[in-house]
Amino acid sequence: MEVAQETLTAPEQKAAIELTGSQALLDALIIEGVDTIFGYPGGAIMPIYDALYDYSDKLNHILVRHEQGGIHAGQGYARTSGKVGVVFATSGPGATNLVTGLADAQIDSTPLVCITGQVFAHLLGTDAFQETDVINITTPVTKWNYQVTDANEIPEAIAKAFYIARTGRPGPVLIDITKNAQIQKFEYKGYTPCDHIRSYRPKPIVRPQYIKEAAELINSAKKPFIIWGQGVILGSAEQEFKAFVEKSGIPAAWTILGAGAIPTGHPLNVGMLGMHGNYGPNVLTNECDVLIAIGMRFDDRVTGRLDKYAKQAKVVHLDIDPAEIDKNVKSTVPVWGDCKETLPMLTALVNHNDHTEWVKLFNEYTQKEYDAVIHTELNPTSPQMTMGEVIKQLNVLTNGDAVIVTDVGQHQMVACRYATLNKTRSNITSGGLGTMGFALPAAIGAKFGAQERDVIAIIGDGGFQMTLQELGTIMQTGVDVKIIILNNKFLGMVRQWQELFNSKRYSFVDIQSPDFVAVAAAYGIAGKMIDDRKDLPSALKQMMENKGSFLLEVMVTKENNVFPMVPQGCSVAEIRLK
Amino acid sequence: MENQINRQEYNITVYTENQIGLLNRIAIIFTRRKINIDSLNTSPSEIESIHRFNIVITESEDVVRKLCRQIEKQVEVLKVYYHTNEDVIWQELALYKVSTDVIAEKVSVERLLRENGARVVTLRKDYTVFETTGHREETDNLISILQPYGLIEFVRSARVAIIKDSEGFNAKIREFERLEPGEEVIENEYLNKGEKVFTM
Repeated sequence: MEVAQETLTAPEQKAAIELTGSQALLDALIIEGVDTIFGYPGGAIMPIYDALYDYSDKLNHILVRHEQGGIHAGQGYARTSGKVGVVFATSGPGATNLVTGLADAQIDSTPLVCITGQVFAHLLGTDAFQETDVINITTPVTKWNYQVTDANEIPEAIAKAFYIARTGRPGPVLIDITKNAQIQKFEYKGYTPCDHIRSYRPKPIVRPQYIKEAAELINSAKKPFIIWGQGVILGSAEQEFKAFVEKSGIPAAWTILGAGAIPTGHPLNVGMLGMHGNYGPNVLTNECDVLIAIGMRFDDRVTGRLDKYAKQAKVVHLDIDPAEIDKNVKSTVPVWGDCKETLPMLTALVNHNDHTEWVKLFNEYTQKEYDAVIHTELNPTSPQMTMGEVIKQLNVLTNGDAVIVTDVGQHQMVACRYATLNKTRSNITSGGLGTMGFALPAAIGAKFGAQERDVIAIIGDGGFQMTLQELGTIMQTGVDVKIIILNNKFLGMVRQWQELFNSKRYSFVDIQSPDFVAVAAAYGIAGKMIDDRKDLPSALKQMMENKGSFLLEVMVTKENNVFPMVPQGCSVAEIRLK
Repeated sequence: MENQINRQEYNITVYTENQIGLLNRIAIIFTRRKINIDSLNTSPSEIESIHRFNIVITESEDVVRKLCRQIEKQVEVLKVYYHTNEDVIWQELALYKVSTDVIAEKVSVERLLRENGARVVTLRKDYTVFETTGHREETDNLISILQPYGLIEFVRSARVAIIKDSEGFNAKIREFERLEPGEEVIENEYLNKGEKVFTM
């Protein structure tokens, strides 16, 4: 063991040394630059954990309380750090508990490498203890997966896993390693990171002709409109994107995963798209003449009714994933490629412009929305607090510099709408899958991925109860995560739909909660509950200034609705303000 | 229901690495969308280490194009093409088992078989197995002909299809394999050694 340790991380090994599969795995992780692993041990992954015992100075393993918590933490880590999140789980139930997180990471393009233990290779298919067909269970929710049955395969499998997870359109990869391969000693010849797989083309070839056509279309447009998504952030193309927006002078709106790529306060950032997005971006989608979609995939929550979506507009679609082009919305000019490459090419060809009148129109809609919705949400006169005013107060304290992690539901929409985001990689939420229970573990991971930043989890009373066991992870690691529970004593988003579309037949949305502050206290986490507006600023201040984690439960008005809203089956132009 | 009108048979040709699990990865792209696979054949291609899938589905071109992009997105898929029946030469193979007594007694059966291009594969005292290749209608036709004479068993293969206009990409893929030979598949070599392996 000692001998092996000394020579482990040399980049290129000339002479082969004898290692176990487990040691080779951990060596590979170190060379890939992994510093943090979220995991949970169990029978079939024990040899890897045994090897990990000797690597604890190089690899910070975070013991979570449930594998779902582990993978969401891995996602949070990946989203704030821009690196690949690494998750360990054992076979059977350990692996199946990863499935929700894999599906979430797959739909939200989050780079992950998950390592699962598996029963001995000769027991595969015998219904052995804790045996599950993990490869087949996870095939639809992984970008790639592979089962290793021989230690000799480990270096190459791990190299491919990292390469596939982080390149092109990122995504989760799962490597299932049978126990015999973990134990097996083999001639380890060093680890070579992968930079090429012959059947895999992470980026489509950029076609200058399409860039030219796109630029011509944009230059001839009277009312062009940019809609951007997470692709800008995943491609680290924030600067390139900002340059494009500023030169072309085109108003730009975001999907919730794209939020923060340019600051909230940027004059050309006209707000949020989609079902609970801003008024102007939704209505004017159906009035623009050229729609420029960048790194986004026209999710149904963004488009509303597809056959009435931007039918008047010519569409320029920039995306790294060729399967997204023309999937939901037919493009006039498809710009295949990595937007880090294509945006500068496009910026070079577009004219300087300012589209003053057109931008003014967006601002007029913003004013209308402010008068009808935002003002009352942020400055309520009701006795109870609103979710919006909590976010507004929070903005004062964060100056828009914090990482905001949200769960799923009303609080998520309110937080995305009103949180000030001045930095990229600041809005961590479960967008595509809508996974309740995401926020608490994701916030833990987000903090490990961005230790110098404040991380604030904003969670509803329902979602918090789905993964609150991860308070134990906070307790044990001492990680500093601020938790705000916006408690409306309802499963609020479902209740809102039941109110609006099911004639207030409140079917199983009346959820009871424990004393959250007492629960936090049981885990040694400081906390406070407030239900009076006058305590809000001081309580938030106390939370932010607290050394270490803090749980603030804010009682908010019970039956508030999130508006504007594009009702399901309606066009974006039919967005309702009340 | 616009799509219903434009639906027709499409032959999807997929060039892939030879990897365990890839069949499932490709199949679920169809099943997830509740699309029935009419026929599926996998075989080695003309190029060493590259496998070829022939998949037949009945859908509109728009749907087929999107499916092909989803297939091509899979890490171990090299290339996907789709073609209508007019653009491919295709064949299916069928085997028919008929009682030898019946054939011996009824001369007409032998004539019918010959007319339909069937060849004898096996001749035994109790039964004879015939084989034909052709399009679906042709192999179907022989079933209805043999049915009155006591067809004992029938089986038809998946469709195999050659693309009429395939010179260009074939050359490209050959070049590809010449430059970067594929890896060998590692299968589970431990399954037969179960009792000799110590476990706990």
